[in-house]
Amino acid sequence: MKQWDQGARLWARVFCAMIVTLFFVFPIYWLGAISFKTAEEIFAYPPVWIPANFNFHNYFVLFRDGEAWSIWNSFVTASISTLFAMFFGTIAAYSLVRYKTGGNHLGIWIISQRMIPPICVVFPVFLLFVAWDIVDTYTGLIVLYTAFNLPYVIWMMRGYIQEIPLELEQSALVDGLTRWAVLWKVVMPMAKSGLFATAVFTFIFAWNDFLFALILSRSDVVTFPVKVTGYFGAQSSLWSKVGALSMLGVLPMIFVVGTMQRFIVRGISMGAVKG
Amino acid sequence: MPNLKIDNVNKFYGDVHAVKDLSIDVPAGEFVVLVGPSGCGKSTLLRSIAGLEEISDGDIVLGDRSIANLAPRDRNIAMVFQSYALYPYLSVYENIAFGLRARKASDDEIKKQVDWASELLDIGDYLKRFPRELSGGQRQRVAIGRAIVRNADLFLFDEPLSNLDAKLRDGMREEIKRLHTKLGKTFVYVTHDQIEAMTLADRIVLLRDGVIEQIGAPLDLFERPKNIFVAGFLGSPPMNFMDVDVTEHGTSMALPDGQILSLAGTKISGKIKDGAYTWGVRSEHLSKITETKNTVRAVIDVLQPTGSRTYGTFFLGDCHVVSELEAHDVSKEGEILHLAVAIDRTSFFDPETGSAINS
Repeated sequence: MKQWDQGARLWARVFCAMIVTLFFVFPIYWLGAISFKTAEEIFAYPPVWIPANFNFHNYFVLFRDGEAWSIWNSFVTASISTLFAMFFGTIAAYSLVRYKTGGNHLGIWIISQRMIPPICVVFPVFLLFVAWDIVDTYTGLIVLYTAFNLPYVIWMMRGYIQEIPLELEQSALVDGLTRWAVLWKVVMPMAKSGLFATAVFTFIFAWNDFLFALILSRSDVVTFPVKVTGYFGAQSSLWSKVGALSMLGVLPMIFVVGTMQRFIVRGISMGAVKG
Repeated sequence: MPNLKIDNVNKFYGDVHAVKDLSIDVPAGEFVVLVGPSGCGKSTLLRSIAGLEEISDGDIVLGDRSIANLAPRDRNIAMVFQSYALYPYLSVYENIAFGLRARKASDDEIKKQVDWASELLDIGDYLKRFPRELSGGQRQRVAIGRAIVRNADLFLFDEPLSNLDAKLRDGMREEIKRLHTKLGKTFVYVTHDQIEAMTLADRIVLLRDGVIEQIGAPLDLFERPKNIFVAGFLGSPPMNFMDVDVTEHGTSMALPDGQILSLAGTKISGKIKDGAYTWGVRSEHLSKITETKNTVRAVIDVLQPTGSRTYGTFFLGDCHVVSELEAHDVSKEGEILHLAVAIDRTSFFDPETGSAINS
């Protein structure tokens, strides 16, 4: 009887998990399906669930017209700003933890910066960028994403660094390392999971950003979320392009999260407890 | 190999005066143990020597150079930490090699040194493993190995055995002592465990509240404690203290329950002034005899056999006394014994100041 109970419960659990998975995966499938469909299939009723053949025409058009370039723009701005944010954020977090820079409250103040709604700052930032002449440039978006991600990186890395036993660092200092070498050879490897997890989230934030990219770019450095939105028109929407470009934007993220999953799970569970 | 000189060192944490004007001379090659209750400043002092704490005042001299203001890496000191402080992401080999790599030693040199240390510490079979795959004792050896591969001028140990279980601790204690003999280097070792201090040290520095209570060879401190604190800190079970009255020109004394012991024929007989004293008697200074003349009459309250010896507890008035008896001296609680006292080995203290009376 008990055996049966457990079996039933397992099946119920699997069933629920399937429903949830389906719920999340279906939109991505639908997006993928659209990207391969012909115009007729897209607008057919009842809907075509599975495209008749894999038609790469939509992708071909994106590359031919150079519109796929927006993915590259997203990639450059997101990855370089992630590198900067991770570098400066980790150093700042180390200083907060080990040198008690700014006492107990600087950390809170820094994370509070992240809580400002972006819409509040986007127009002042726009005017500032106009004055600096970096609107619609890689530099502009990279500077902005770095600045916006820094509080998050500092806050997360602060948690991870706090968990590193102090004696490990002290032992390295006595053994002959400088502070910088300790940061590089002890702190970095010890916080590896947290470092990767934070980097992934930082990257995703920049990759997903729509508001800043919309305001701060015109024609040269259009990122893919802005580009995709441009396909929606008042008269008609270019669904085939929406599908194809969105797939190009989603796939790298699926790849990144998929390969980094081990670190992300460990990183989240490691840092989340302390703050 | 240089000697270590700690010269009038003070350390403040805000308003807390953790180390008070402390001076110690450690000759080259000596094994010094800093011991004392928690908060006595022993770890602070050790960490100051390593450069992990800044001293507020005074100087620390290693050989002929002052190291008080140098960065830890410039002091050429090696340290073993309580938590072992092994790098979990490095193999045992790399853990031991860490300090050598930091000092840019060549690969050949590193291999030679790691092989030497791992053989000395019997961890040659584990070099490829990671710290998480080792037992506590093996980790401790790796931590010691990491310290000794570097040709350091001074070795510091911060309670290295306190995370080990009792049996392992006994074994490692012996090994650390043997290691000191083999290396012939200067060791400064911190512990709160008086047994470790007694067994390891060439010289013990007993600290309390940031000041030195007594400094000297283990048996010196044990047999000739300068005050009640030192007497009570060293020895297990701890020394028994009781209030006594010396009378008749220093030839007789009254115990707390009114029993009288004659001091005639002892070293202090006639030399000690009449008056009230705190008398310190170690449990092994009491022994059962069949005679009743000049003995302490004891009604045994609790018996604790340890196998080789049996601890018998009794009361003299309100005063709780532990005696260490032969295993079969006493068979049950409530038994009445007559205990002879080795008065020449006991200590008398001034009840006001706590300092020992020299006879």
